[in-house]
Amino acid sequence: MQTLWFILVAFMLIMYVVLDGFDLGAGAIHLFAAHNNQERRTILRSIGPVWDGNEVWLIATGGTLFFTFPILYASSFSGFYLPLIVVLWLLMLRGVAIELRSRIASRMWGEFWDVVFFFGSALLAVFFGAAAGNVVRGVPLDKQGNFFEPFWTNPLDPRAALPGILDWYTVLIGLLALAALTAHGANWIAVKSEGDLNLRSRVIARWAWVATIVLTAAGTIATFAIQPAMGKSYTTRPWGFIFPLIAIAGLAGMGYFNWRKQDLRAFLSSAAYLVGMLASSAFGIYPNVLPAVNPANSLTIYNASASQYALTVGLIWWSIGIILALIYFFIVYRRFYGKVSVAEHGEGY
Amino acid sequence: MIDSTILSRFQFAFTLAYHYLFPQFTMGLALLIVVLKGLYLRTGQDIYNRATFFWGRLLAITFVMGVVTGIPMEFQFGTNWSRFSADAGDIIAQTLAMEGAFAFFLESAFLGVFLFGERLVGQKLHFVSAILVWLGTWASGGFIIATNAWMQHPVGYSITPGGRLELTNYWAVLTNSWAFVEYLHTMTGAVITAAFVMAGLGALYVLSNRHVDYGRLFVTIGVIVGVIASIIQLFPFGDAEGRQVADIQPAKLAAIEGVFKTQAGAGIVILGQPDPAKSQLDNAIIIPNVLSFLTYRRWTAVVRGLDTFPANQRPDAIEMTLAYYTYHIMVGLGTIFIAIMGLAVLLLWRRRLFTTRWMLWILFLAMPFPFIANTAGWFTAEIGRQPWIAFGLMRTASGSSPLLSTGTVLFTLLGFAGMYLMLGLLYILLVVGEALRGPSASEAEGKVATAESFLD
Repeated sequence: MQTLWFILVAFMLIMYVVLDGFDLGAGAIHLFAAHNNQERRTILRSIGPVWDGNEVWLIATGGTLFFTFPILYASSFSGFYLPLIVVLWLLMLRGVAIELRSRIASRMWGEFWDVVFFFGSALLAVFFGAAAGNVVRGVPLDKQGNFFEPFWTNPLDPRAALPGILDWYTVLIGLLALAALTAHGANWIAVKSEGDLNLRSRVIARWAWVATIVLTAAGTIATFAIQPAMGKSYTTRPWGFIFPLIAIAGLAGMGYFNWRKQDLRAFLSSAAYLVGMLASSAFGIYPNVLPAVNPANSLTIYNASASQYALTVGLIWWSIGIILALIYFFIVYRRFYGKVSVAEHGEGY
Repeated sequence: MIDSTILSRFQFAFTLAYHYLFPQFTMGLALLIVVLKGLYLRTGQDIYNRATFFWGRLLAITFVMGVVTGIPMEFQFGTNWSRFSADAGDIIAQTLAMEGAFAFFLESAFLGVFLFGERLVGQKLHFVSAILVWLGTWASGGFIIATNAWMQHPVGYSITPGGRLELTNYWAVLTNSWAFVEYLHTMTGAVITAAFVMAGLGALYVLSNRHVDYGRLFVTIGVIVGVIASIIQLFPFGDAEGRQVADIQPAKLAAIEGVFKTQAGAGIVILGQPDPAKSQLDNAIIIPNVLSFLTYRRWTAVVRGLDTFPANQRPDAIEMTLAYYTYHIMVGLGTIFIAIMGLAVLLLWRRRLFTTRWMLWILFLAMPFPFIANTAGWFTAEIGRQPWIAFGLMRTASGSSPLLSTGTVLFTLLGFAGMYLMLGLLYILLVVGEALRGPSASEAEGKVATAESFLD
């Protein structure tokens, strides 16, 4: 039951990264991809109807994590107190920027929110990557399962007894996340746009792809060096190599379809890459959910989970809820399928 | 003594009270929008459809504020109250997570459909999406109330040898009797807020002789819904809530009613300042025997005072005083709401409301007060429950995150204060802009806001 929930929570988190990932990526590049107000609004319109729903996956993941692994939720949220609150502020600023930018037709107003949207999106991508880096690297859990990490302690030594949120390893993973989401977002804009904007997005996607390859290689080597449990998972359960293979296939597809100018396939490839990378990480730390610097204190799916009864009851209503959610998403994405055009009417983003 | 627990309480109270300014309006407004759209489909008159769009725009702005200020609430259970989350997460996280699965996806998906308009989706789906948004917001409220109700009146759990709380009966948690009464009381409060805002803005239009047709429509709907909601809020819902508190949390009742000493035939305090150090009320105006009657339906029934509870089982001096005041603010305003809406409906019925300027002025000026009443009600419920975070089971001081320093919490508290100040100013700028432009502005003009002139 715990293993099943580990998979389901990982599934929700991956859904979140793949979905919100493209609108974060779109925000991170919109200053460079769009050269005029019309193109800016095209980008905003392409994510406008869906960003809020995408972000709900984060909230729903948080809620599901809370009821399936309450001890993990309590420990990690209080331990990552500072970065989480900063993430909250960034999410707020970014959401407000998307929603308010086009409500007042003023150049200054638009410029201000464009910059907020850019910083909010780019920093969130880096922070999410760094958070993933922290989870893989391990945190200084005490015997009661508590810890508190400051932003940094000794950034040059990820193996310190009391590491901080940011060190060279977690920043490296943060940059990897930024590159990958940039490529993902650029692919999305390419799918949803035409003309110059479409061409520029494709160029950005290509450069981001190159950066992603380099950083993926560096990140992978660093990860196996820093977290030995990672390698052990793969040697004891070799079938897990399927996940890195998905990531590599996605990475190859991103480049190939970009070159062939097949935007939708390139977008699906970057989605596959993200799925592969996240699944590889989740597979690598299992059965831990939060590795500790001192491995004896690690939180695992067994010592951090809710009671069997709560997990069982939860599975019933969760299944119903998630099926309904997928139906809504299908309806909404189908309604807003296709290229975006701003000229047709003035309402909205 | 200021420690990180008390700062976490400040931060939770501040972020939650601020957050709830928005959902109380959207939950009520979502219902009124369904009414407006329904009237349009029934009558075919364009005014109803334009009114739907106008309030839909205000709903959208308010909804965004509700979403962005709501995300921190779910996070703060873990960031600031980790021991409570770890020990009670088996139970409270069920209802919180259900909100995500059943309400958030529904709201966010169909608000998008609703706002993108009927041209894209057709009249029927537009109406259906309005209904689904309404149901989503009310389901959202339901799950939050179920969570809070468990903290007020824990049910369906057992205690493990390790001291954690485990869920043993899921249905008991969902059908908690406390949740039922609290839900009706809270949702009615939300409807009152939306009714007052709609009536108040309508009154402004009529008074200033702009968008008069819309003004009259808004006032009419606002006061009719407002008078019904205000009356049922007092009886039966408020009454039931009070008796439930007396039954399950007698210390809270004593605190909020200002009953220091146990007495038969207790009177109800209309005004007066508590002096907890001397256990007395200064300058009190008390109507004898009424509290006993309201609580137990007998004029001479005994009401327990604060003196019968050990000091560590009841709100401390400052908590008692705060809960007393917020409760009296809520009840006092609730009574005034009935008077305002009752009078307005009377004038509407006599066909004199739209020419009675003083009444329209009152409706206009009354707009902020339901927000205050709802906020005061939540302070009463939460402060009056102290010293417990889960009533009778876990103390607030034992629920906070153990390793947080005061500096860390103060840093984020100040950050939230700054962030929310900015959000509030933006919200006011946009809402005032929409309101001044009014419902008759066409959608093409919709882009030209009043703020444009000074920003360009």
